[in-house]
Amino acid sequence: MGQTIVQKIIAKQCGLNSVNVGDVVEPQVSLAMSHENAALVINQFSEIYKGLNVEANVWDASKIAIIFDHRVPAESKKTATNQKKIRDFVAKQGIEKFHDIRGDEGGICHQILPESGYVMPGGIVVGTDSHTTTHGALGAFSFGIGATEMASVWALGTILNVEVPATIKVIVDGELPKYVSAKDLILYLIGKISAEGANYKVLEFHGSTIRNMTTSGRLTLCNMSVEAGATSGIVPPDSETENYLRTVAGYKGELEYILPDEDAEYVQIVEIDANKIEPQIACPHTVDNVKPISEVEGKSVQQIVIGSCTNGRLDDIKIAADIVRGKKINKSTRMLVFPASSRIYQEAMELGYVGDLMKAGAVVMNSGCGPCLGVHQGALGDGEVALATTNRNFLGRMGNPSSEVYLSSPAVAAYSALTGVISNPNKGEN
Amino acid sequence: MSNVIYKIGDDISTDIIYPGRYMATVLPSETPQFAFADVTELNTMLNQKEKSIPAIIIGGKNFGCGSSREQAASTLKGHNITVVARDFARIFLQNSINLGLNTVICPEIEADENDELEISETEVKNITKNKTFPIIPLPKARQAIVEAGGLIPYTQVKLKAKLGL
Ligand code: SF4
Repeated sequence: MGQTIVQKIIAKQCGLNSVNVGDVVEPQVSLAMSHENAALVINQFSEIYKGLNVEANVWDASKIAIIFDHRVPAESKKTATNQKKIRDFVAKQGIEKFHDIRGDEGGICHQILPESGYVMPGGIVVGTDSHTTTHGALGAFSFGIGATEMASVWALGTILNVEVPATIKVIVDGELPKYVSAKDLILYLIGKISAEGANYKVLEFHGSTIRNMTTSGRLTLCNMSVEAGATSGIVPPDSETENYLRTVAGYKGELEYILPDEDAEYVQIVEIDANKIEPQIACPHTVDNVKPISEVEGKSVQQIVIGSCTNGRLDDIKIAADIVRGKKINKSTRMLVFPASSRIYQEAMELGYVGDLMKAGAVVMNSGCGPCLGVHQGALGDGEVALATTNRNFLGRMGNPSSEVYLSSPAVAAYSALTGVISNPNKGEN
Repeated sequence: MSNVIYKIGDDISTDIIYPGRYMATVLPSETPQFAFADVTELNTMLNQKEKSIPAIIIGGKNFGCGSSREQAASTLKGHNITVVARDFARIFLQNSINLGLNTVICPEIEADENDELEISETEVKNITKNKTFPIIPLPKARQAIVEAGGLIPYTQVKLKAKLGL
């Protein structure tokens, strides 16, 4: 019996020829990522070394990445002090893959990793963030862990007690209609299999739609795989992956591709016809409460949010700018745009998108998590409704349990900013 | 034997267990005060309760879904809570095991507030309702972490071996 891509990656990282689903293994980690919660990781890391009478040093500083994104610039003295503590640790340990609050190389962790060439196909990426699933877009096995687990990785370089997950094969064929994107596809899938439909499993994406999709779209798919409960999402690497790594990430070294065997065993196969998907909306307060836009149209929204690690890339900002260019955002709503990285922000400025968005009335914010987790910027008022291109709509997610968050693609969000109600951009064409 | 102090629904996310706005508070000793901060009744109950009394919260399916924030486990651990749920989201369950928060996977659990439960290795006995429900045991590899007293001591053993201490 053949093996899935994740089985093959785990086997390689354990120095084995093959592993079976359910095996418990301790694979080597290729990259270990944290954000501001590194403050807790540092605390747990020093706990591990307590009483051992050896100096607490990380196993390999070159394999650790720390990116400040959740609260940037710091919103409180507590956060600022955590960030200071992390900077001291980074300097002491010689961690070079560190992205501070900067306009040249700062941004959201799940964008910084791929665009900086830190993620390689065939590797294992762990991160103290549930959306670490994102990096499967480049053919890595990539998943979220807790802070204590990360401290253990920092000490050992391996991840303890990984149970080899089963895999669901998702085959998407056909062409996505106009104004229907990777976001609509993943919302559709989550609605179909539910928020726990892929619990403890991997989603492996196949089919012509995926092959024709840019890495940006694949990042969106894998990012939201965790919203179906998946341990990881993964796209077998191809020429598009190489193109991204060479041109965007500037990677010049060797590339090793690991691909699933033809006869790999899957626990489930899900087939989707891309041609039939219309824009999708995840309604409050669970991500799997997904409806086609026709059932939600007309709902008034007070805040439009475009950005995040899900949909804050250049193509997302472009489509928003194209839709609002020369028009005005409805007076009954406000529009916040936060590019996923400073680099994307700069490119969006150079291409004129930032100007287009601002002239229409949008506020273009610094790169970071911002409104996505509602602790810092863009909180909602009591009874208010947001339409966001982010990935979660849980009760209280945008800082207020008395508000509602709907999720959509950038095209739907931008078009709805013009009308002030949830609207289908395809209707604007008529 | 302990009492059910609260029953909560399906898909309880880490945003509900430990709202994002408190995420700058990271130390396990400081997180308990914010447990279920937006579920006022429960938060008040937890903060008034004597720390030493073991208490049970009944969850539905997919308890702990969402973010990987470890505070969601440490905040409940700090209150000496046992969570009995139909099933748990992966990262939350792993964090709970790593920190030693008692989590019990009991797919058929029937229990209401104030019921008295007795939890063994294989089953949950609802004394009040006089009914018994089977527990799904943790995989052996996870059990090993529980037996070591959490991931920190477990890692220490591995690290000592690695460093030849
Ligand atoms: S943008 Fe939102 S989902 Fe992405 S890492 Fe930041 S808080 Fe998490």
